[in-house]
Amino acid sequence: MRVLAALSGGVDSAVAAARMVDAGHDVVGVHLALAGMPTRSGSRGCCSREDARDAARVADVLGIPFYVWDVSQRFRAEVVDDFVAEYAAGRTPNPCLRCNETIKFAAVLDRALALGFGAVATGHYARLETSPEGTVTLLRAADGEKDQSYVLSVLPQHRLRHAAFPLGASVKSEVREEASHRGLAVAAKPDSHDICFVPDGDTSGFLARHLGPAPGPVVDGASGEVVGSHDGAYAFTVGQRKGLRIGRPAPDGRPRYVLDVSPLERTVTVGPRAALAVDGAHLGTPVWCGVDPGRAFAALGQYRAHGDAVPVDVRPGSDGAGWVAVFAAPQHGVAPGQTLALYDDDRVLGSARITATWRHEPASVRA
Amino acid sequence: MSAYLDHAATTPVLPQAAQAVADELGRFGNPSSLHASGRAARRRVEESRELIAASLGARPSEVVLTAGGTEADNLAVKGLYWARRAGDRRRRRVLVSAVEHHAVLDPAAWLAEAQGAEMETLPVDPWGRVDAEAVEEAIRRDPASVAFVSVMWANNEVGTLQPIGDIAARTRRYGVPLHVDAAQAVGQVPVDVGSCGADAVTVSAHKFGGPTGVGALVASPDLDLVPVLHGGGQEREVRSGTLHVAAIAGFAVAVDVAVAEQPERRRRMTALRGDLVARVLAAVPQARLNGDPDPDGRLPGNAHLSFPGCEADALLMLLDAAGVECSTGSACSAGIPELSHVLLAMGLDEEMAASSLRFSLGYPSTAADVDALVGVLPDAVARARAAGRLSLRGA
Repeated sequence: MRVLAALSGGVDSAVAAARMVDAGHDVVGVHLALAGMPTRSGSRGCCSREDARDAARVADVLGIPFYVWDVSQRFRAEVVDDFVAEYAAGRTPNPCLRCNETIKFAAVLDRALALGFGAVATGHYARLETSPEGTVTLLRAADGEKDQSYVLSVLPQHRLRHAAFPLGASVKSEVREEASHRGLAVAAKPDSHDICFVPDGDTSGFLARHLGPAPGPVVDGASGEVVGSHDGAYAFTVGQRKGLRIGRPAPDGRPRYVLDVSPLERTVTVGPRAALAVDGAHLGTPVWCGVDPGRAFAALGQYRAHGDAVPVDVRPGSDGAGWVAVFAAPQHGVAPGQTLALYDDDRVLGSARITATWRHEPASVRA
Repeated sequence: MSAYLDHAATTPVLPQAAQAVADELGRFGNPSSLHASGRAARRRVEESRELIAASLGARPSEVVLTAGGTEADNLAVKGLYWARRAGDRRRRRVLVSAVEHHAVLDPAAWLAEAQGAEMETLPVDPWGRVDAEAVEEAIRRDPASVAFVSVMWANNEVGTLQPIGDIAARTRRYGVPLHVDAAQAVGQVPVDVGSCGADAVTVSAHKFGGPTGVGALVASPDLDLVPVLHGGGQEREVRSGTLHVAAIAGFAVAVDVAVAEQPERRRRMTALRGDLVARVLAAVPQARLNGDPDPDGRLPGNAHLSFPGCEADALLMLLDAAGVECSTGSACSAGIPELSHVLLAMGLDEEMAASSLRFSLGYPSTAADVDALVGVLPDAVARARAAGRLSLRGA
């Protein structure tokens, strides 16, 4: 099979590509220029960043063709602008998930298929299993620490059928060792943790540059009292504890958390951890990795990339469009904008974006 | 079946040139040394220089050896600007054609950014040709403020020849120095530096069968040039650095052969290119030819075509997989084909510019190369068109 191996310039995608070559596939390496190359003189979007060079070096060592695909405009429109808009609306997006949904396994995969490739292989830690009938199941990685099935939970069956995750059964240390044995210079390259388009890790600063200053009050949720100020409500996330700049301690002496973010009113509401508790959530239209179950079922739900999966009941909403999730135990730190990935043990069933949360189940959503 | 159709990027080293390089690497000596080994090396350098000069219609004293075309262009652009400004502070205007190679455009832009220059780009017609009259007009606006003019002999992307003689006659009239980048021209069309009227001419050895990393700026010793590289004072103090004797020997052999064979190469390549263009247009009727269609107005080996609805990098990848090697224009280290400033200057819209490929023939090209291209191109075009547009450039 002709396989497009997405080479980020990191160790994981390098080993993933190497394994596809070993498996006998006809592999072509492609580096996705996501964030736009730094320009030299005016409009020239040329000249390599280190990652593109590392990716090219990997391809050369593997003896496979290598190209750079410029997806920067699409990435900006689909991922970066969405990221900024979601924060501006007081929601909490996951750009990696969004990138897989709109770029890597959408625009890039579609183009690859049209150009004659059979699959796109990446260095994601997740497993795929194909049934005798050809149905593909997405599973958590063997390395629980590295598992990235959450950010892949947005892929429907027709995308999963053309995905390959050669690292799913491995643990990270093995992958590094393998890279070293294979003579890949990226073996010792540090892992990337940050959002790729916020390389310094300063998300607040990034948002401030895009959205401008929007100072306002920090309000105590119980008393309505103003307890502090902020430079932009969009920089806060529900459940956040650090960086609140609250002068006075809470009456009970316990830490305060962000309970609500209202960028339009420029208000950040804070309160004790107990006030964060959420019993359930309204969901947008889900993406199912397999078939749409069409009815209520019990699952494990995960709403953060590296969060725990917790028992949850999900069912179609009464309005016929979205779905509803009811957590078995109250959750702290669920925020609108997050994606709730649904699992049956290690198997990913699908996912949906959280549109709203509630504390006590309102009558409107009771089954 | 495979085909190399990117000779404008680089072309195979002639066997005679490779032999000369290998022979020279077996000898040693610094041509600047005063002892016997140095003298022997210097003799070989000077013999090479004489051969290079004779091939290009220049005097040996005019040949400033460099580490390639880019360095020669930088020496011309920066060296001329600095020298001219030192002579008269008013000479700030740098007039360059809109279709110059980045080795001219980027140093000129840098002069404007960092050295107080004013960069003016000279427009081109839809074939990519500079109007000599427009050059004169630009000078005439304020002759005393012009540092120099730079117009290439032949365009590297679309192959259009520039009216160098006509431009030179006009720059002469105003006493303005003219630099000409002839990197693509030597070996393809007659290049006579002595009679062309230019004050400085860039030559690059690997474009006509010599090794990479060596070239020359051919300029009269009377032309005032401030060095870019300062040091030991080699090359009449304009270009310091120990000379690469082996590369220079290969350069000399290659230019000698290329110029001697030039009429025959041109005749053969013109026929082959005509065949390539006709068969590509027949196989892919939507394709559009760029550059001057008149064989007398262009490089014989260059065929530049747009394939509407396709992204050039997708086409390039598909052709590469099928063994056909071509280019989206000028090579770029990051591998992202950028929109060609040449095509945009010629008036192509962004979508058309993003769908363009350059096929360039060289002295080893044969009819089999054209057969290979025509055999795989229609399928590649169909696939690339189906793949649509990923980059959204020009959208």
